[in-house]
Amino acid sequence: MATILEKEAIESFAQEVERAGGGAVADCYQCGKCSAGCPVASFMDLLPHQVVRCVQLGMRDEVLKSRTIWVCASCQTCTTRCPKEFEIARLMDILREISLREGTVAVSEKDKLRFHRAFLKSVEHHGRIFELGMMQDFKIRTAAQQAAKDPRVLMHDAMMGTGMLLKKKLRFLPDNIKGKKHVKEIFDRVRKREKSRVNQ
Amino acid sequence: MKVGYYPGCSLEGTAREFGISVEKSCELLGIDLVELEDWSCCGATAAHNTSHLLSIALPARNLALAERQGFDQLLSPCAACSNRLISAHKEMAENEALRNDVAEVTGLPYSGGVTVLNYLDLILKFGLTNVESKVTRKLENFKIACYYGCLLVRPPKVIEFDDPENPQSMDKIVAALGAEPIEWEYKVECCGGGFTISDPTLVETLSHDILQNAEAEGANAVAVSCPLCHANLDMKQAAINARFRERRKLPIYYVSELVALACGATPEETGINKHFVDSYTLIR
Repeated sequence: MATILEKEAIESFAQEVERAGGGAVADCYQCGKCSAGCPVASFMDLLPHQVVRCVQLGMRDEVLKSRTIWVCASCQTCTTRCPKEFEIARLMDILREISLREGTVAVSEKDKLRFHRAFLKSVEHHGRIFELGMMQDFKIRTAAQQAAKDPRVLMHDAMMGTGMLLKKKLRFLPDNIKGKKHVKEIFDRVRKREKSRVNQ
Repeated sequence: MKVGYYPGCSLEGTAREFGISVEKSCELLGIDLVELEDWSCCGATAAHNTSHLLSIALPARNLALAERQGFDQLLSPCAACSNRLISAHKEMAENEALRNDVAEVTGLPYSGGVTVLNYLDLILKFGLTNVESKVTRKLENFKIACYYGCLLVRPPKVIEFDDPENPQSMDKIVAALGAEPIEWEYKVECCGGGFTISDPTLVETLSHDILQNAEAEGANAVAVSCPLCHANLDMKQAAINARFRERRKLPIYYVSELVALACGATPEETGINKHFVDSYTLIR
């Protein structure tokens, strides 16, 4: 992991994050309070304050390929407690967006992204979440990997799914709203804008 | 009291009992809920983890509809939805460029006229003494760990609801119902939220610690006001027990179920028969 800190790289990464609404990364003085209170720190490769430090130093690859940015559960404890009022959870959102755009999502965390995609696809098609369809979609994409990692997970999820059906917690058909075309248009327009912004 | 009502997707599905009990408790208290017509999903974690613009535009559609349908107050019981609706409202109020972008994307300009309430907000606005006067069955044998989690109180600068480290609103509500709210340490810890299916190890570890602390501090029940918290603590309790080789059976109630129950609803009318962990044991 040879990292050469070049002035330009440092400035451009910090500026990119700040332009996206990330606040002034230079504000962080590395007290570590965010990492001390982070409930998912033990699942991360970089601790939250290290992520901020990496952004300050222009260590783009380390951050964008990290598991941390996808492990972050957006609980906002870090943002709530930061003595400099730096919005770390917001920074994580920004870094996820860049990592997504550049195709650097950590392999071990891809299930989380697959879940987000299955969720949004369902919203785009129906206007609301169709939970049964979304879960099937996600399971079809991930069952093989999950089974290889920990077969108990599939069993527990199957039990949970059956329980939800028995307790009538899942609908069998999507609840298509009148405005579903409107919701689809919102997705289309957002995609178009994001594309043109990147090409600028 | 007439209030707009945004149920959100969960309350029509996996958190059906939250929807049932919100509606039942409001009926018993005399709060008139009018459902927002043609509401759509708020985008939840999936949107804000992948696209900032989408994460504002999806809630903005609903805020704009609420404005057009004449609601100045909108109840959003799901903590994930209320968090996204409030965040979108605030960001658009503070950032004109974003507001214009979102208006172009949705085609429905929003002028900021809607106040979003979570369920606890609504009950406090209705008034605790008014609630007390409606209680017909005191929840005397309930020792409740009130679990707020993340989205109800954080980030405080945006959400502006209760104390972010030691909130009291839910504790006051359950006390008004005759139950005993206990002191405990995990009130605002995270349960793993929306990673229920995508990262079970993480969710089961975090949720286990919450259940363990609640029980250690003497709770015989946990109250929540968020479908993600309920799914992780109730639906996943069997998987948590299996992972940690434990046999815990701690009932997890939506606070709205407790309000409805105390105000005279039958257990079935509150929806607690839909819980995975038996929740009848405390009801005499």
